[in-house]
This record gives sequence, C-alpha cells and structure tokens, in this order.
Amino acid sequence: MLTLNVELPVREWIGALPLHAPDGFFSMPVIIASYAVVAAVVAFSIRRANRSLNERLVPVMGVMAAFIFAAQMLNFPVAGGTSGHLIGGALAAIILGPWAAILVMVAVVGLQALLFQDGGLIALGVNLINMSIISVLAGYGAYWLALRFGSGYTPIMVGGFAAAWLSVVISAVATALLLSLSGTSPLAIALPAMTLAHMLIGIGEGLITVFALMFIKKARPELLKARVKADAPAPAQAVGNSPAPGGLRGARWWVAGYIVAVALTLLAPFASGSPDGLERVAEDAGFISRALDAPYAIIADYQLPGVANEAVATVLAGVIGVTIVYMLVAGGAYLVHRRRAAAHE
Amino acid sequence: MSTATGFLNRYLEGGSWFHRADARVKLVMALGFIFAVATLPPGKWAAFGAMQVLVWLAAGVSRVGLPRVLLRSLVALPFILIALPSVFTRPGIPLFDLNLIFFTATATLEGLEFFVSVLLKSWTSVTAACILTATTPPMRLLEALRALRLPAILVSIVMLMYRYLFVLVEEAQRMMRARAARSAAIGANSGGTLVWRAKSAGGMAGSLFIRTLDRSERIYLAMLARGYDGSIRRQDVPPVSGCELTALAVALSLCAAIAIAARLVI
Repeated sequence: MLTLNVELPVREWIGALPLHAPDGFFSMPVIIASYAVVAAVVAFSIRRANRSLNERLVPVMGVMAAFIFAAQMLNFPVAGGTSGHLIGGALAAIILGPWAAILVMVAVVGLQALLFQDGGLIALGVNLINMSIISVLAGYGAYWLALRFGSGYTPIMVGGFAAAWLSVVISAVATALLLSLSGTSPLAIALPAMTLAHMLIGIGEGLITVFALMFIKKARPELLKARVKADAPAPAQAVGNSPAPGGLRGARWWVAGYIVAVALTLLAPFASGSPDGLERVAEDAGFISRALDAPYAIIADYQLPGVANEAVATVLAGVIGVTIVYMLVAGGAYLVHRRRAAAHE
Repeated sequence: MSTATGFLNRYLEGGSWFHRADARVKLVMALGFIFAVATLPPGKWAAFGAMQVLVWLAAGVSRVGLPRVLLRSLVALPFILIALPSVFTRPGIPLFDLNLIFFTATATLEGLEFFVSVLLKSWTSVTAACILTATTPPMRLLEALRALRLPAILVSIVMLMYRYLFVLVEEAQRMMRARAARSAAIGANSGGTLVWRAKSAGGMAGSLFIRTLDRSERIYLAMLARGYDGSIRRQDVPPVSGCELTALAVALSLCAAIAIAARLVI
C-alpha cells in the first residue's frame, strides 16, 4: 500500500485561503439553518435537472463531478511558490446550467468532506451553501447577465471571467458572513480579509475559466451555443411542461424553505445558551470599532442597531443572514426562470 | 490502484473492530461524536478532554497507527487562522497588548479561551473523521449515506463520481505531466506570463471537459446496454448486528452525556 506519499492535501495549503471550513467553526443555529437551505435547494435542483436530463442524470452528473474534482488539480504557478487552480463552480454553471451544476458541486464538496476531510462533516451544510450553491448561482447570474448584452465571442468570455471571479468572491463573502454569525470571527476583520484575498484568487479562477471556455468554444462550439440559446428543456419535453406551473411549484418550495430557515433563526436565542452563539456578532462588531483604527472605519457600520436587546440583535442578525442567502439564491432562480419563460415564447 | 492516485486512497486495510464494523454504525457514530463536540461551549476543558480521550481511544482501537492519525488530523489546521482575531475582539479580562502599526490590539482571556476551544473542537472532530475514513472503504461509506436517508439520486451521483474519480484524476495528471515535459522550468518566473500560464491550464481544463463529456456519453450507453432505465436500484443490505447496535448506543450516550454534563454540571 503506497499511502504515505502526499498525506496532506497540499493543494489546499498552497492554493488558496481554503474555504472548506472544518468542524468547530460554526454555531449550531447556523449549521441547522444551513441544512434546511441545502435540503430545499438540492431537492429543487434534482427536480429541475431531472426535467432536462432524465435517465442521463446520474451518469452525466456523476462523471461531471469527477471532472470538476480532477480539474481542481490542474494548477498553474502564480508567484512566489503559490499556484492558482480551478475551483470550478462557475465553469460548471456555465457549461451545465445552474441546477445541474449545483448537484455536481454538492457531490464534489460532499465527497471532499466525507472521504478526504476537506471540510468538516457537520459543517458540510455551511460549506455546501458557500461553495456549491452560492458560488454556482452567483456565477450563473453574472454569466447570464453578460449574455444579455449581446451574442458571440466577447460576451461569453467577459461573462465567463465575471462569473468565475464573482463565484469565488461571493463564496468568500458568504463564508465570512456565516463565520461572524457564528461568532467565530468578527465581521470587521473576516469580511475584508476573506474578500480581499479571494478578489485576487478570483482572477486566477477567472482566467482559467475563460481559457477553458475558449477551448470549448473552439473545439465544440455547439456545447456553448446550446447553453447560450436557452436553458430551456429539450423540445420533446417542453411540450408537456409549461413553465408557469413549474415556476409556481418552485416558488412554493422557496417560500417553505425560507420560512423554515427564518423560523429556525427565531429559535436561535433560545437554542444557544452559550456565549458562542449568534448573539456575539453584535457585540463583536461593536467592540471592533473601538479596537480598530482608520483602515476599517467604514465597516464600523456593521454594528446592528438592536444591540440594546441581545435576543433581538441575535434574531435580526440571523434573519438578515438568511435573507441575504435567500435573496441571492432566489434572485438566481428568478433570472433562470424568466429566461426560460422567454425562451418558450 | 496506481501510485499516481495513491494519495486519494485514505482507507488503510486492517482487522480491527472498526474495520469489521458496519459502515452505517461507524458513520452515525462519527457524526454523533462530531455533533456532540460542536455543541460544547467554549472553555469547558474537562468536556474537551473527555472527547479527546474518546477519540484517541477509538484511534487506538482502530490500530491505524497513532502517528498516522495525528498527521492526517492536521489537515484542518490552516483554517484556524480565521478564528485568530477573536483572541483580540472578544470582550473580557485583558491579558496582553499587541502593538501593531495602526492600533494596539488587546488579547483577552475570554478571547484566548474561545480560540483554543475552536482549535480543539476542530482538531477533535477531524480526528474522528480521519479514523472513519481510514477504517472504512469509500464505497461502504457512500452506501451508508443511504441509511441516513439521503436522496438516492444524490448518493448514486456521488458513487458514480467516486467510480470515475481515479480515471479522471489520472487523466488530469497525464496532462500535467505532458505540460511539464514540454516546459523547461528554471526559477519561479520562467515560462511565460501569468496569462499565458493560465491559458495553458485553462486549455487543459477545457480539453478535459470535452473528453469527460464524451466519456459520460459512452458510460451512459454502456449502462443502457446493461439494462439501465434511469431508476436507481438499491441492493439489500443486511441489518446491523445487535452487538454493533449496542456499541453504537453506548458511544452515542457517552457523547450525549459529556455534551449535557458540559452544559449543566462542569
């Protein structure tokens, strides 16, 4: 058995500031809420991906997930011994569509946690939100937006870069938000640190994604064209599937999931009797404005106005967090839905 | 398994109780343990100690080798940096001042306590996960996910992913070897501009994608030829033995007892 070579995931150490959070960094309310969101989104994604892929779903998604995992090893030297490598959320979203991409990224991040300890097992829900859901939807949203401005080579490349860059940066922002909601790291430090680092990492991701798209466009232009034209189901399936009821059903899922997540957040102050809960975030943010000087002065505004009442501040912080996540997710979903409806006309 | 993908293999063969136990039992045990660790409030050192004792007992029982478990458990270490500011931002009894250029940060006892707690939580949890993967073949572990009522489609996707992981990673490694063979690398800045390097890596990713897409079509056709009709069939799994269920119950109640004691007693 040759197992002693490369025991540690060197890839993660050199590559980027890792976003695969281990266990121990998130508070219980955040973890529980994250699983509620993940369950709703994954269920919805399976239905949507099933609609266009049918019995191809398992083989295509499974092999594509293996592709993303393998593609993450394709690195290139950046500077000073560090190297950039693909993360793949945006690339998956562009070439597979958002729902299929979410399933692929859930499989990738899930397997990394389960088999390789890249990210914790209980923290998996949070990691899935950051790296499999938000990154895909943000990337897809940016790409979709870029394609509104015209067709052809340039929008695909500009959109591809923006999608990849945004997917990485938004993942980092979400991670920082959830870390501070958990009281693990103060927002005033975690947010700028994570965001700035990933704004640089995102450039590598953007470049590699654009060049991958360029290659695909040259070698198999029809693969990108199909996706550009419409994310719509194949003609045969479109007949029996008008978009409106699907959208309504989808909306019901979203609302239900949102209510569950908010309800869990409302329970947060009662659930966590310890000081490591959500309630810390307000105090931390308030404290940091005193501890830090000029560079972070703008961020002092992150203080929650309800600091006077700890429970209110906790719930507020939680609801704001859940709502931000939901607005991102639902915004992406709405965009896709509208495009689909447009394609049907 | 070739040496090139050897690092993907975390399972170590052995004959310990953990190796023989049902994967479902082990998975639930590990998840229960990590869940219990996650609920511990910061600063409850006795409870953290008890969890450490449990996890290293398990490491001993697994007979994987303590140094190896220790080495593997260091995976999660770099992430702890993100919790470091808490040492200075949590209000509490001041310990020492750290003079930075723009401001002075004051470390507090509560902050330090919180930081060490996160470190311990994270380390204890990842150690448990390492023991799980070192004693359970990956496919068994994935099959066990169904016992946790994960959607069958999702589990099947992950299983197929695992099946083709090695194939595609080897393909990626071949491409990287080919790139290395064509490049003369002298010094850090040799080999073109950053964009040029990204272009070659991006081209590799694109090429790998197209190869994978073709491969997935071949796989799908091969599955069709073997009678695949889109439905996912479950293999019947034998029930968990009473002995293992007892062990699971004991382990879980021990974890629960420590978690509850940490809140109420200590």
